[in-house]
Amino acid sequence: MQIFAFYLFASIVIASAAFCIFARNPVHSVLWLILAFFNAAGLMLLVGAEFIAALLVIVYVGAVAVLFLFVVMMLDIDFAELRAGFMKNLPLGLVLALILAAEFVIFGALSWSSEGMGEATAVVGPPAGGPSNIEALGTLLYTKYVFLFEAAGMILLVAMVGAIVLTNRKRGGVRIQNIRDQVNRRPEDATHNTQPEVGKGVEL
Amino acid sequence: MIGIEHYLVVSSILFVMGMLGIFLNRKNIIIILMAIELILLAVNLNLVAFSAFLGDMTGQIFAMFVLTVAAGEAAIGLAILVIYFRQRGTIAVDDVNRMKG
Repeated sequence: MQIFAFYLFASIVIASAAFCIFARNPVHSVLWLILAFFNAAGLMLLVGAEFIAALLVIVYVGAVAVLFLFVVMMLDIDFAELRAGFMKNLPLGLVLALILAAEFVIFGALSWSSEGMGEATAVVGPPAGGPSNIEALGTLLYTKYVFLFEAAGMILLVAMVGAIVLTNRKRGGVRIQNIRDQVNRRPEDATHNTQPEVGKGVEL
Repeated sequence: MIGIEHYLVVSSILFVMGMLGIFLNRKNIIIILMAIELILLAVNLNLVAFSAFLGDMTGQIFAMFVLTVAAGEAAIGLAILVIYFRQRGTIAVDDVNRMKG
């Protein structure tokens, strides 16, 4: 069962990554990317990394992919023009990628074997006896790696401020609220009292 | 039984896919950013696989930090893309030569 799930997730990850980079329409690209992230989360779930799998779905699918989708749809870009040179680069790119993949697989991946390593906590759910995945992760994160954790928070803050500062702009020709003028306004400037006589009317 | 080498093969192929995406879509910076996300996903898969098979949680902690940096990078990259498009009306990578670098 686990082997079946692994091969299912792995083949969908690789296929959707391929569709993502070969898709004609960038919106389709983003959607394939989302599928790849979902199945990678499944792969991580299979070895018991539940929290990272959940985080992958929340952060990537919920935030980053939606951000990509937003930008792709918001900008009016001529994507056909940007695809020029795709076919010209294709043969060389495929050859280089095949060579690189063969090197990675033969000299990198297959030189490892899980002989000397322990079994992964392959079942979904907490391993018998020990703390659950999220508990162990939290214990480590808030003790040994607490400064790194805060640095990561600082990076996110800087990224947020940077993105806002970069994209914020002053537009001409729009009427916006001027709080200083509003606060400085006094009743004497805005109104005056009159005592009109009967039948005389009021001068405004 | 699924061993570490299965995971390493999957993440190597995913990594190469990301590099191929950068190579093929050289003009379209949005696809390049997506390919970078794919590469970071492959790295995360590697870290998590080693973490699980070695029984050491540190790999998963670092996968979290990689995730953080990837999210910040995507936000900043897309913000730069938006302001660039607003000024120039195109996002072709070849036309990015204002700084004469």
